[in-house]
Order: sequence, then C-alpha cells, then structure tokens
Amino acid sequence: MLDLRAVTAGYPGHPPVFRDVSLTVAPGESAGLLGPSGCGKSTLARVAALLHRPDAGTLHLDGERIRHWRHRAPRAQRTAFGVVFQQPRLSADPRLTLADLVAEPLRATGDREHLGERVAALAARVGLTGDLLSRRPHEVSDGQLQRACLARALVLRPRWLVCDEMTAMLDASTTAALVGVVEEYRAETGAGLLAVGHDRVLLDRWCDRTVEWSSLITPAAQAPAR
Amino acid sequence: MTGRAPVLSVRGLSVRFLMPGGRRVAAVTDAHFDVAPGECLALVGESGCGKSVLASALLGLLPGNARTAGEALLGPLDLLAADERTLARTVRGRLVGLVPQSPAAHLTPVRTIRSQLAETLAALTPVRGRSALRAATRAAAERAAFPADHLDRHPHQLSGGLAQRAATALALAGDAPLLLADEPTTGLDRDLVDRTVDELRRHVDADEGRALLMITHDLAAAERIADRVAVMYAGRIVELADATAFFGTPGPRHPYSRGLLQALPDRAFTPIPGLPPELGDLPAGCAFAARCARADDACAELPPAGPVLCHHPHTAVPEAADRA
Ligand code: SF4
Repeated sequence: MLDLRAVTAGYPGHPPVFRDVSLTVAPGESAGLLGPSGCGKSTLARVAALLHRPDAGTLHLDGERIRHWRHRAPRAQRTAFGVVFQQPRLSADPRLTLADLVAEPLRATGDREHLGERVAALAARVGLTGDLLSRRPHEVSDGQLQRACLARALVLRPRWLVCDEMTAMLDASTTAALVGVVEEYRAETGAGLLAVGHDRVLLDRWCDRTVEWSSLITPAAQAPAR
Repeated sequence: MTGRAPVLSVRGLSVRFLMPGGRRVAAVTDAHFDVAPGECLALVGESGCGKSVLASALLGLLPGNARTAGEALLGPLDLLAADERTLARTVRGRLVGLVPQSPAAHLTPVRTIRSQLAETLAALTPVRGRSALRAATRAAAERAAFPADHLDRHPHQLSGGLAQRAATALALAGDAPLLLADEPTTGLDRDLVDRTVDELRRHVDADEGRALLMITHDLAAAERIADRVAVMYAGRIVELADATAFFGTPGPRHPYSRGLLQALPDRAFTPIPGLPPELGDLPAGCAFAARCARADDACAELPPAGPVLCHHPHTAVPEAADRA
C-alpha cells in the first residue's frame, strides 16, 4: 500500500504547491493521477517515490512509516520504486551508453552478478535492438532513450512504479509499446503503479482508476494565488 | 479542392545531411504535396521521421552540412533556392509565419510582449509612428486572442496558453499567407491542445487566402483541425489522404499509418512492432518492411510513387476484417 496522508509540499522560498492532499494506491493497483501541467501532481508523485521531502503529512509504504527522503532514505525503501520521468534527456547521464544507463542502479547497489544478462533481457523487453545499447543518449531518438529509462526503472525489480508523464513527448506507437512493457511487468510481479499525466484517454485506458487532481484539493487547501 | 493555385507547392523535396566520414543521412526523400488556400495540412510522424527537417528546409534554417533537392514554391518563389537575404527579408514572417514548438524559447525573455509585437509589426508592415503602432499592436494581440491587459508582461509571467497566443500573434503579425506550426502542442495539456489548434484553424478560416501546415506527432490534434493528412515515415511521405477518410472510414491505407492510428489509447492501443530504421542506413526497398505484416518479396523494391507508398495498401473501401 502506498498511503499519502494530508501531504503539504513545495519548494523553499515559495508558498506550498499544494496542501493537505491524500492519496492511496493499493498493492498491485494502478492509479492514474490526472491534472493540468503545473498543478503539483508531479511534486506529489515525487513525494510518493521518496524523491521529494514533504513539508507536512505522512507517507506509509507497505505499512511502514517513511521518515527520510532522497539519499537519506534506507536503500531498501528507495529501491522499492522504479521511476520514469517525462523528459528522458534530463534524467539520463549523457556520458553513459544506454547499456550503462540501464545497468547503473545495479552497479550502485553492488549487485554485479548477472549484470550483463539482466541488461540484455530488459533491453529485449523494452525493444532496444541491434547496436542501440552501445550508443550514447545524443545518438538515439527521444523514444529510444525513454525505452532505456524504463528498462533502468525496472532493473532492480521494484514493487512500485511511478511514471510521471512518461509518454508525453512520444508518438502513439511508442506510447503503446512502453505502456505494454509496464503492464507486462506488473502482471508478472504484482507491482503497483502511480501514473501521472494530463491525457484522460490514455490514463483511463491504462489504469484501474483515474483520480482527478482537482478532486484531491479542497478549495480551502489550495495554495494561495500569487 | 478549390481549384485556386496552392499557397505552397512542394515538388520532389529531398534533404541529405553530409556526415563526417562521408556518411549521408537521408532525412527527407522526394516529398510531394500542396497546401491550398484555406486548407490545413497536417504532417504527422514520430520523432526522427524527417518532418521537422522538412519544416526547417521551408524556412531556410537547415544547418550547413545539409544539401537539398527539388522545389518548394511559394507563389513564384522557390524557398529552397532563395538566398539568406531573401529568406530574412521577404520569407520569414512575411510569407511564412512560424508558430514555434516552444513559445517560451521563441519569445525574448527580457522584453514585454507589447514591445516584441510592436517591433515585429514595425519590421514586417508599413505601419509607422507611435500611436499607429500602438493601435496595430493591440489589434495584432486581439487577433490571436491575447488579452490587451497582459501586453506589458514578460514571457515568464504568462501561462503556457497565453505564451502560445503571444507566439501566434507574432506569427500572424506579417499577414503571411502560409502559417507553419512546428509541433505547436508539445507538452500542452489536452484542453490547451484543443484550444491552441482551434485558434490556428480559426486563423485559416478567417482569411481564405491563408494556409496552414501543421507538423505534429499528436494525431488527436491533427484529427481535430486538418483537412488532409500527410504521414511521414523514415523520411518519405508514405500516405497523403483526406482527413475524414483517414481518421474515419475507410481509415488509413498505408500499413504504417494504420498501425500508428491503432496504437492510440482510444483505439486498439497496440504498438507497431520494432523500431524505425536509421535514416543513415535505410534498406533498399520499402523502409517499413521489417515491421510490416503485409510485407512480401515485392517489398524489397521501392513502391511506385503515389498517394499511398505501398505495394499492398489497404483498400479504399472498408474491409470485412476491419469491421469485425
Ligand atoms: S510496401 Fe510492403 S512492406 Fe512496405 S508497407 Fe507496403 S506492404 Fe508493407
């Protein structure tokens, strides 16, 4: 269970992006979070994935209260999440080959055994064929790089996936392919999913349920207008 | 079709990039299409298919290692043969209005919308004098539905939608007969996508001499406003079709276009297997063959030129299998 209660979050020097937002995703469930850009839904997703420390509120991960975020969170909690963002070019180290990019979390955790096999299996799964794995980000298309970023998110076999506008820059076929990979992985492992996006048609088709950002925000709790 | 002369007529347009080591990248190959007055043509395809290179070629914005062939006629002027001076003085803004992909990057951050619009009007139109320019600026803003009380703001003080309108106001300022919109909806919310493309359409409808070429990977945006659709794959236009037939019945005729449409979440949501070929290493025959369920020996040869670049296109009448 991913359980966010009365979360308030923002960035230093600014009023909170949102206040008092609660959201629960059951184990194995896929929840879509729908809202316009800039509304704060990505910040909530980052709080859920332990990437952004909230100012107030609680997060429980599979029954355990989360007390630390980012690098201060225990490794076992951090690696429970696989995260994919909207812009692969902002989240991929430009110096790494796609193979190293996918393998990076494995190396970081010291789990070097079967590294080559794992990377090859994941590359096949996300459709990265031929010599693409030996290229660097500037030598591949956005779609190909996003395939690598998804493989990287899956490499530690996370229990939870957080996809923040994963397909917003992609064409229809690449979108369907990546969503297919996520769903295949979930069917196999029972992982839960929080998919954040602005395309209702996509989220309705993809997820068990779609939650509107506006329904999470009470007017009184809305961040004050500037 | 109206029978009037097209605003833009592209004939055999090809773009090659010469790479280090003598490699050649075939970014665009033998593109043919017209855009008629009052018409919106959507050029669709995935990233890297060559559609943005085609747009850059029309604006004379290709990098130095690019070589072009063919013609792109805007009235009597061939955009591919025009020199930089002509492109800067008479083409950009005056003959072709560019609606950019990222308005935030296109607007000058340190200046107000009013001053950017006034400067563009002074450069592109005969309007002179402070008060005349002030009035023209307000009129230009109004035309793009940009609120007059936001004219003194800087770009970063605008919402995504208003920044897009400011960029559209600039694109329309010179009254160019051709509007070229390059991925105008990338990263926008669906509501904003709808509003943005509806406004573009409105500018075509409001002036019957004007035409719109919209380059996009967003099929829903194309369906919303296009009269015709050109589908690009691996540098070639593989299908040129009436939008109603393409998005409705009988549907696309080229297997790639059909696959792309079927990948949409409100349709089958199934991807086309495989990846597109590298533009620097295209196969000899049909570039889609490795991914195509209809491929056979004939497809090792390039299909003959026509509205559907395929040896075995789907028929123009609904097929039994598709209705099942
Ligand atoms: S020419 Fe052949 S391979 Fe190419 S799209 Fe048509 S049927 Fe498929």
